[in-house]
Amino acid sequence: MAGTAVRERLTWRVATVGAMIDETATVRTIELDIPDWMSHRAGQHLDIRLTAEDGYVAERSYSIASAPDEPVAVTVERLEDGEVSPYLTEDVRAGDEIEVRGPIGGYFVWPWQDPGSPLLLVAGGSGVVPFRSILRHRADIGNTTPTRLLYSARSLPDVIYRAELDATSDGVQVSYTLTRQQPPGWSGYSGRVNDALLHDVAWPLEQRPLAYICGPTAFVESVAAALVGLGYPGDRVKTERFGGA
Amino acid sequence: MSPISRGFHGRHRDTTADTDRVPPGQYVTTDFPVLSAGPTPHTPLDNWSFSIKQGRDTLKSWSWPELQALPVEDVTVDISCVTHWTKLDTRWQGVSIDTLLSQVEQDARYVLAFCDGGYTTNLPIADVTGGQAWVAFGYDGRPLPAEHGGPARLLVPHLYFWKSAKWVRGLELLAADQPGFWERYGYHNYGDPWREQRYASD
Repeated sequence: MAGTAVRERLTWRVATVGAMIDETATVRTIELDIPDWMSHRAGQHLDIRLTAEDGYVAERSYSIASAPDEPVAVTVERLEDGEVSPYLTEDVRAGDEIEVRGPIGGYFVWPWQDPGSPLLLVAGGSGVVPFRSILRHRADIGNTTPTRLLYSARSLPDVIYRAELDATSDGVQVSYTLTRQQPPGWSGYSGRVNDALLHDVAWPLEQRPLAYICGPTAFVESVAAALVGLGYPGDRVKTERFGGA
Repeated sequence: MSPISRGFHGRHRDTTADTDRVPPGQYVTTDFPVLSAGPTPHTPLDNWSFSIKQGRDTLKSWSWPELQALPVEDVTVDISCVTHWTKLDTRWQGVSIDTLLSQVEQDARYVLAFCDGGYTTNLPIADVTGGQAWVAFGYDGRPLPAEHGGPARLLVPHLYFWKSAKWVRGLELLAADQPGFWERYGYHNYGDPWREQRYASD
């Protein structure tokens, strides 16, 4: 609810890098041991600060990939001309210390006011990260809200968390659409998320669904506009976009 | 004292940007990233107006042509988003809030900007007057694109950019401060980038 997102002082804390998992060729999940971390809500993000030997600092925001009751983890996609993401996906090692603060953001979170509404999660690329937190949290608390995840990725090897997503059950349906390359015999969707695809996957309006969209700006713009076109009220469509490097 | 990030050198420091112009914790981007909490609204200009309200009263309202007929200023400013990007030398066209407020009688201490889509943000009146804030409808000499807040957005470049409300439709004059959308979701009430006032507790 409003006003509860940040109560404590959000100070920079020194986190120790723990286990790391390479999710795809360019995406890595990093566990962080953060002393005195205030539990986050599914969908929130955190800030990471790196400091070079001469004092130069760089800060970026990353979605939290873990459920509230798990060790904090972020999943980072390496951006070619990035500054922080290449370090986090290639250089950082277990035991290294980096600065972290958060959790941040109180709107793109789940559960929302009426947690019984069917949930539509639409992810573009690494926009799937906050949804992993939401899906894990949903399972942890035994919530049975009917949930659909529509995940747009370039190709099957680009799908993050594929084994975990393929293993979901208990009222969660996962659909993929592959935009650039489909393996032989691919039975999922192909091409960009469009009106027809959303018409197929989105919950009917009369069920009062709640939609979350996360991904690159152009993806979020087009999916949000399409959902509004299907009749989803603007206040039932939450968006999170990323851009910049 | 921050721990040194072993092996981190920073790749963007060779920017030609004048680093004195970049607030702490920010990096310079040449992109124009988009951040909004929901879908982009599209209000036809025929139905568009900008209003100054106080309580239940609308003190003054301008239609789209009426707003365009006011003196338009061309401003070049640096903008900083709380998500850490800063964009230098952005060029906007719009009407100064001073121009609008000069047409009403008021002694408010705060304003709450309200927008299509339900977004709000709060500002002290001292921060939207004195040549510091505009209703902007042009960007780089062209109409402001919808995803960046068009047809018109607030422009308050000396504060983090969530204060520069997209799709703005008016200002509510207030005697007492009242938090807006992001201010209720954990972001700082004032949002000065030079003091890194990102989150409520900063």
